[in-house]
Amino acid sequence: MYPRPFEYRAVTTVDEALRVLHEVEDGKVLAGGQSLLPLMKLRLASPGVLVDISGIPDLSYIRPQGENAVEIGSLTTHDTVAHSALLQERCPILPAAARGIADQQIRNRGTIGGSSCHADPASDLPPTLLALDAEFSIVGPKGSRTVPAKEFFVDLFETQVQRDEILHHIQVPTLGPQWGWSYTKFNRREGDYPIVGVAILVRLDSHGRRLEEVRIGLAAVNPTPCRARAAERFLQGQEISPAILKEAAHRSTEGLHPGSDMHGSSQYRRDMVQVFVRRGLEEAVTRARLAGGNP
Amino acid sequence: MKRKVSLRVNGEEREGWAEDRMLLVHFLRDELNLTGTHIGCDTGHCGACTVLLDGKSVKSCMVLAVQAQGRKVETIEGLEREGKLHPLQEAFREHHGLQCGYCTPGMILSSLYLLRHNPSPSEEEIRRAISGNLCRCTGYVNIVKAVRAASERMATRVEAPSTEETG
Repeated sequence: MYPRPFEYRAVTTVDEALRVLHEVEDGKVLAGGQSLLPLMKLRLASPGVLVDISGIPDLSYIRPQGENAVEIGSLTTHDTVAHSALLQERCPILPAAARGIADQQIRNRGTIGGSSCHADPASDLPPTLLALDAEFSIVGPKGSRTVPAKEFFVDLFETQVQRDEILHHIQVPTLGPQWGWSYTKFNRREGDYPIVGVAILVRLDSHGRRLEEVRIGLAAVNPTPCRARAAERFLQGQEISPAILKEAAHRSTEGLHPGSDMHGSSQYRRDMVQVFVRRGLEEAVTRARLAGGNP
Repeated sequence: MKRKVSLRVNGEEREGWAEDRMLLVHFLRDELNLTGTHIGCDTGHCGACTVLLDGKSVKSCMVLAVQAQGRKVETIEGLEREGKLHPLQEAFREHHGLQCGYCTPGMILSSLYLLRHNPSPSEEEIRRAISGNLCRCTGYVNIVKAVRAASERMATRVEAPSTEETG
């Protein structure tokens, strides 16, 4: 099965990539290609020119930004994220989400930048990056700009990255010991896209009893990855109890309009969001209590 | 337009011609006549076309041939040494890790990638490592047994160096 004919342009620097994207009419950036190439083979996408940025060496890195953040180059593969000692120490939810993406072969080629720009609502990293309040640095002909996660995902398969721009890197925060996290997803087979994916961060008070801050990112339930803001607001400042977590799970579907497909109806997805938000909150709270010495 | 693609396959310098849209799996099979790498689903799900690209397992239907320019590819044909099967191949035969054999080349390449990174994997690690490779005959039980047996055999003797090191 072949894609429609296209012209292949391999570039080796960011400047060259921007120049080519500016020159050509119908260019599309190729990173790891694990979503784009299948779409092209299925003829759901048919760009005229494929600008292959995978050979740009300076876009694949994970490095500390001071004490409080980690910067991840957009071409860093899921496998590299999954095994990063620095991320494991500072931002362990991201390697956890990356480990569950598809399978080893896909993780060896798929990239964090490619997955973010593809913006499939049913992928694992976007809701995680949303919950982290990650920052996306985009470069283009007019220079570079930084976009917060809450503005990055615009619509179905659409982000802030314009046709003549590329995503350069993503910055995620260091999570201190008062933070707990969980990434849970529901799918029927190992490696499938999530039917529902839930990324949760919680920050507890020093006694491990009260929720100071909660962030809930959801996959596969809206045209874009999204936050469960109503549940987050409800939980803020609350004393932790099973009843509270259950009520938050109930509120987590507020404003959601999940689609129906062969994997599950809209109502089924709403029900599953509630189940997985509750489980995810419990897991994140347990982790925060262990990390904070309040088991 | 076709471009010349030169790459190192199983330790040997090879070249062929590829249209920009040609996938690596078609290049290996049709241009280089290495038909051991199979085409299954063509959409990145089944893993039958798995090869190692610069040492990393990839689905060769999800890589363009032109992207392999100047790189190293290992396929099932490169595993045998002087007429002797690789321990993974031996183990798949002994433990009946295949029936129709269609998934086997990809399954073995994924297993090879696993054992190079984790020489003594647990059963769960083996199962996760081959989760990107579908087998519709065996139910996986004997494949897992074969990979475990190969890991034990390879632990007691040094694996024949990869084609890249000898080639």
